[in-house]
Parts: sequence; C-alpha cells; structure tokens
Amino acid sequence: MATSSSSSSSSSSSSSSSSSSASMGDEKPHVLAVDDSLVDRKLIEKLLTKSSCKVTTAENGKKALELLGLGDGQRTFNNNVCKVNLIITDYCMPGMTGYELLKKIKESPSMKHIPVVVVSSENVPTRIKKCLDEGAQEFMLKPLQLSDVTKLRCQLTKFSNPHKGMLCMGR
Amino acid sequence: MDGVAQLQKQLVDFTDSLFQEGFLDEQFNQLQQLQDESNPDFVVEVVSLFFEDSERLLNELAKALEQKTIDFRKVDAHVHQFKGSSSSIGAQRVQKVCIAFRNYCEEQNIEGCLKCLQQVKLEYSLVKNKLETLFKIEKQLIAAGGSIPT
Repeated sequence: MATSSSSSSSSSSSSSSSSSSASMGDEKPHVLAVDDSLVDRKLIEKLLTKSSCKVTTAENGKKALELLGLGDGQRTFNNNVCKVNLIITDYCMPGMTGYELLKKIKESPSMKHIPVVVVSSENVPTRIKKCLDEGAQEFMLKPLQLSDVTKLRCQLTKFSNPHKGMLCMGR
Repeated sequence: MDGVAQLQKQLVDFTDSLFQEGFLDEQFNQLQQLQDESNPDFVVEVVSLFFEDSERLLNELAKALEQKTIDFRKVDAHVHQFKGSSSSIGAQRVQKVCIAFRNYCEEQNIEGCLKCLQQVKLEYSLVKNKLETLFKIEKQLIAAGGSIPT
C-alpha cells in the first residue's frame, strides 16, 4: 500500500547540510519513492525526510503510476494527484521493473518532465546505460546514503530554481 | 554515574566487536546517523522490519527448496531480496552468504543451495542475537540516565 508521510518533525533538526530550510525555497520537494522492499522503503523515507523532503512511498510500479494519475483507466489530468518533483525507483521489482516504470513515465506527456532516479544493488553497466538512455536523471547504487540524497536534493533545487541553487552548498 | 559510564563502555566495546567480527558493516553506522530526537527508535524499527522480512524469506526459501522440482529462479528471487535487506541494514555476514547462495542458484546446484540455506539461517540467527543484545544494552543505558554515544 502506498503510504504518505510529511516531514514536519525533522524540518528543523540539526542537519549537517549547510542549507537551511529558509534558503532552500518555499516548499519542500515532494519525492515519490518506489521499492518492493519494506526495509528499503523505510530507509529511503528517512533519508528523504532528513533531507527536508516530503515523501510518498509505493511498493510497486503499478501503485506508483496510480499515484501519478497514470494508472489504467485514470484520466491524464487527475486533480487528486499530488505534484511530484522527483521519483526514485528501485530497478529490480517483481511485476513492473524500475526500468519499465521509467519508460511509462517518460512516455507520459504530463509526467515526463519529472526527473527519475533509478537505484539498484547491482552495478551492471548495460543496465545503467539502458536506464540513462531511457531518460533517467541518474542511476545510483544501493544502499543509498545520506550524502547521495543530499546531492539529489541539491540538484532538485538547481533544476527548479537556478538562482536559489547557488545557495546550496551541500556535499 | 559509575553505572552509566560502565554501560557506555559495555555498549561501545560490544558494538566494536560486532564490526570487528564482521557481523555489521558501515551501513549500520549510516542507520545510526539517521536516528535523532524526532525518531529515537529508528534503528530498532528498521531492524525489526528486517527481522520480520527475513523470517518470511527464510520460510519461503525452505518451502521452495523442499519442492520436488526446484524453481531456481524463485529461490534466487528470494535470496536477492534477502541480500538486499541485509545489505541495507549492514548485516554483512548474512549478505555474504546470500552472494554465494545466488551463485549456487545460477548453477542450479541443489546441494550448494541447501548448504547456503543452513548457513544463512545460522548467520541470521547470530546477527539477530547480537542486535537484540545491543538494543538491550542501549535500553539499560538510557534507563540508567545515560545517552547513547555517537
């Protein structure tokens, strides 16, 4: 089941990132994290909330697409769909792989602009190339660390707001 | 104060031994770094999820390897999951066995797989024991008024 969580508790925690929430922009980026592993979902959620992001998790590609309003039978511009600024998906998932999910997102006129990061525990060059060719923003190895997520967070700010991005001096 | 200092030392020494003996690796440190005042039980929560998940996977593996005709792809899928979750919490020895296990799956080597199943069961119960002890010491330390050294 998809779970939603906001990071209200950790927004002012002592984070070692040098960018305070004030300079990072008005709203926290909303990240959709897709992974079939319960342990990894919990981990990525914590990594993201610690990096001042709003997180929604999904346990498979199908649920992720539904959340994005791209599920079977859904209208393209579903008003109930939350705005998502970044999608992080595991590569190896039963049913729909992260690659297949990536493809579907990039084929959608309404969602293809959303950066998609694919993560995997396996360092397979052909797999990496395949994902990057399909339009993945980045391919990262699991397990993700706080520094990886901080970097992504920083890139997100630069991506959406080139001026504010200059204030981000994260690692 | 003596009690707290003693418990703190016990905790540090025990944790060090877990790393030295290869039960845990750097990833476990990462987990601890994610824990804070807003979520003081984070590590226990993630590790508990790992325990639940592992027990499920071990059952699935036992079932899959009991079949008359073994579906190695299914076995491999379970081991892959186990490898992933153990890696995510830093359970290094479990992860290492999973790597060997996957190789046997690829070779469709029944004996190798059965051997690995026993090994992974053993390593899992060892690390489970160790982690439960670790959490117990932490609890004692906090109850004595101390705080977990970072």
